[in-house]
Amino acid sequence: MSAVPVAPPRRLLDAEVDGVVVRVPEGATILDACRDQGIDTPTMCYADNLTPINACRVCVVEVEGARTLVPACSRTVEAGMKIRTDTDRVRHSRRLVMELLGSSVDTSLASSDWHRWQDEYAAAPDRFGAPTDPMEAGERDRRWAGHHHGSPDPSRAETVSQPVKVDNELYVRDYGRCVLCYKCVEACGTDAQHTFAIAVAGRGFDARISTEYAVPLDVSACVYCGNCIGVCPTGALMFSSEHDMRAAGTWDEDRQTVTNTICPYCGVGCELELHVQDNAIVKVTSPTDNDVTSGHLCIKGRFGFQYVQRRKKDRT
Amino acid sequence: MDLHLMTARPTDEERRAVDGLLGPEPAMNDRVVRGGHETRADRTLLLPALHALHAAEGWISEGGLNYICERLTVPPAEAYGVATFYAMFSVQPQPKTVVHVCDDIACRIQGGNALVAELEALGADGDWTWTRSPCLGMCEQAPAIFAQRAGRPDVSLGEATVATVRAAVAPDSTVTCAGGVTAPQVWDPVVRAGLRLLRRLGEVDPSSIDAYRAAGGYAALRRAIDLGSEGTIREITDATLLGRGGAAFPTGVKWKAVAEQSARPHFVICNADESEPGTFKDRLVMELDPFSVVEALTIAGYATGAERGYVYIRGEYPLATERLERAVAEARVHGYLGDDVMEHGFRFDIELRRGAGAYICGEETALFNSLEGKRGEPRNKPPFPVTSGVFGKPTAINNVETLINVLPILELGAQGYSSVGTEDSTGTRLFCLSGHVERPGVYEHPHGVTLGDAIVSAGGVRGGKRLKAVLLGGAAGGFVGPDRLDARLTFEDARAGGYTLGSGVIMVFDEDTDLVDLVLRIARFFRDESCGQCVPCRVGTVRQEEALLRLVSGRTLGTRADELALLEDVADVMRDASICGLGQTAAAAVGSAISTFGLFDGSGA
Ligand SMILES: Cc1cc2nc3c(=O)[nH]c(=O)nc-3n(C[C@H](O)[C@H](O)[C@H](O)COP(=O)(O)O)c2cc1C
Ligand code: SF4
Ligand code: SF4
Ligand code: SF4
Ligand code: FES
Ligand code: FES
Repeated sequence: MSAVPVAPPRRLLDAEVDGVVVRVPEGATILDACRDQGIDTPTMCYADNLTPINACRVCVVEVEGARTLVPACSRTVEAGMKIRTDTDRVRHSRRLVMELLGSSVDTSLASSDWHRWQDEYAAAPDRFGAPTDPMEAGERDRRWAGHHHGSPDPSRAETVSQPVKVDNELYVRDYGRCVLCYKCVEACGTDAQHTFAIAVAGRGFDARISTEYAVPLDVSACVYCGNCIGVCPTGALMFSSEHDMRAAGTWDEDRQTVTNTICPYCGVGCELELHVQDNAIVKVTSPTDNDVTSGHLCIKGRFGFQYVQRRKKDRT
Repeated sequence: MDLHLMTARPTDEERRAVDGLLGPEPAMNDRVVRGGHETRADRTLLLPALHALHAAEGWISEGGLNYICERLTVPPAEAYGVATFYAMFSVQPQPKTVVHVCDDIACRIQGGNALVAELEALGADGDWTWTRSPCLGMCEQAPAIFAQRAGRPDVSLGEATVATVRAAVAPDSTVTCAGGVTAPQVWDPVVRAGLRLLRRLGEVDPSSIDAYRAAGGYAALRRAIDLGSEGTIREITDATLLGRGGAAFPTGVKWKAVAEQSARPHFVICNADESEPGTFKDRLVMELDPFSVVEALTIAGYATGAERGYVYIRGEYPLATERLERAVAEARVHGYLGDDVMEHGFRFDIELRRGAGAYICGEETALFNSLEGKRGEPRNKPPFPVTSGVFGKPTAINNVETLINVLPILELGAQGYSSVGTEDSTGTRLFCLSGHVERPGVYEHPHGVTLGDAIVSAGGVRGGKRLKAVLLGGAAGGFVGPDRLDARLTFEDARAGGYTLGSGVIMVFDEDTDLVDLVLRIARFFRDESCGQCVPCRVGTVRQEEALLRLVSGRTLGTRADELALLEDVADVMRDASICGLGQTAAAAVGSAISTFGLFDGSGA
């Protein structure tokens, strides 16, 4: 990658956000323009290091002349566009998206921003009824498109709740927390890893992230790069170390420090962030704005830290 | 990409089924020279390959899927994601024959529910099984079934009873698709003479290109060639042909936009996925006048500069598929398709692609993804199909009915064509009349006919009963009451009056109909057919169904008014923030029934 940008300078466009004229480079998204203006915009499926998939719809804004709301994270600004981020329609849709997600998925481990937005928009996920009980392991994986899987008890809100998938030593998949943001699929596929170990299977509410025939990871194409973990916004994909410590009640981010270093394994020079608690590495990430990694690593940088310490599985 | 396959191997039969489509497996040293773009282009064959496997075996095994992945260089997880997107594919072993029994709105009120109950009582017998199905596009012959039969041809049958089901599943079954001419107007010679789109139905042999030519076929293509591509598009534009697939977009504008794109190649697509509940017009046209579709698509290709056209046809339409396939082959033999169409030096050919049970694949961008071998998830627009359609190339996609209107436009000229209909809604329109009418079927009426007259043309409400409601435009449309019988069926009247013509559905319900039951079925439909990509629709359709079930049972969370407010909140986010038209209209019919008939206000129907 060249350190000096070689692309020609981009043309600038004028548009209006909430009545204020903004000037952005051609190709900038509405989200970029909003951020320039300091307008706080909720997002869930968007990530700086991935192609916008615009599936969650929590970032929607009103664009004059458009019949429906448009996703700020993916829609590029056009000259003269008049954008509103503060209308009742916008606030309603954002709140409802938060409520629909919150009522169907365990979002308790989503970012602090997400929790702040839920409060700011007064989202009340429980208005749809108490959540249904977790499904049996594998039940959701067998659901067949087009075949009706109706609510046995409509006074309870159907959820994706299900047991955690633990099928390898490095990370777990807790799809009861999956908001189906597609980020892990993108990271495993064309946006980073090109391994294609996981994809979306099924349809509608029964859609889920899956390997072929829902086989365990160890017989799938997975190479344990952990890039899916790095992009997962809700803790559905999690280092086993973190998962075990949370289960044991010892996970405590307030007691953690982050040390930046360069991965020692090869000559690429990926930047690592070592998350350390009680003098032990508990997980490894990479900054998403890093030129070398864009936040993505391989199995060695991500999980090969045991030689620094021996992590006991039963650490308490 | 380093393709990581599963270890499962195909059986000989599975290998044969896949090779039947893809050709024999190339020798090892031929394979190494392939890669990159060339293998990625194979991905479009994924859906046909899944069909070939499923048609032979009745399910998609790990070994079979693995073999497809190897042949097409597709990661197994992705192929599994595609296979599990479609209702017609099973990834678990199942009996070789599966009967899809329609329990959707037109059928459930005319014996469909009774049939389901009888089959439930019967129990399974091991060699075959059955499942409930959304609308099978045969509402005029309700109740309908579609028998998916591995190892032998699929059949769809109307007016079905348990005996029909037994006949379809019998090991020595000889039943074939009925292929009835369910367009009652054509039986009256005087009325027939006035028809433009249906005039050949039942009269001209659908398997003979000579018969088609003798009945005036291919005059329109000849005229198009005389006019040239620009002239043809001008004629379509002057005729103000508006799309019949639901969005009413001007076809001339669409074709012109594609023709002008410098990116190559261009594609044209005939959208024959017809899955909107209550719609069966495209099926009838393809079954009984398949050459008209072939000719019209050829004209579209000529006008837009496309050398390839696709017909994406609903998977549950075996007879239409067979007839259209045959028509394409005939046209090819007679030089109406191929490298030198009508010896006029332009190249055009048509390929048929079968859907596999997914309403959403009728949405144009979902259809592109499906054609490309991906999950049928709609894309965000922009970019629009005219600049970036199938394979990322400029694409003109049109509904079957839109396309066949091109023929009378070229035969009569724009002016002659516009002599019927209204100024803004020119020409005629196909209406699918079903439900409680005396003579259900496809009817052709000039734009501007009133809803009441359209119903009268089908003999009025069956048995002299009183009319309770009409579903106009399909499940994505809305219910209207008897007070709207004077509504004129044009694009402009619909827009102004807040109703929709949608795909031409006019489903009639008599005074004894339980509207609540219909509303629940529609809510279920949208829940089952949501692709699942975006939150408003994926979760909203579930919450909508739950709230309706609570209202029906009386066990509401809070008051009834709270539940209605909740439904409206969900409806608003689905309409405003969903990616595509499915989510945007998923609450329309439900909402119209509630507001028009006061369904849950205590007084309700
Ligand atoms: C959920 C959904 C399903 C659709 N199904 C069909 C269909 O089965 N056939 C069709 O022609 N158009 C269907 N459409 C409309 C297409 O997206 C597109 O507008 C149409 O094919 C354009 O053709 P036209 O301009 O000739 O109408 C559907 C749209 C949506 C949102
Ligand atoms: S760890 Fe890497 S290879 Fe495995 S599923 Fe996640 S992104 Fe894909
Ligand atoms: S597992 Fe995580 S990253 Fe993947 S779709 Fe679910 S929430 Fe998104
Ligand atoms: S609106 Fe529904 S069908 Fe359309 S993209 Fe969203 S989830 Fe899929
Ligand atoms: S953040 Fe924009 S659609 Fe999800
Ligand atoms: S075929 Fe049964 S409702 Fe259309």
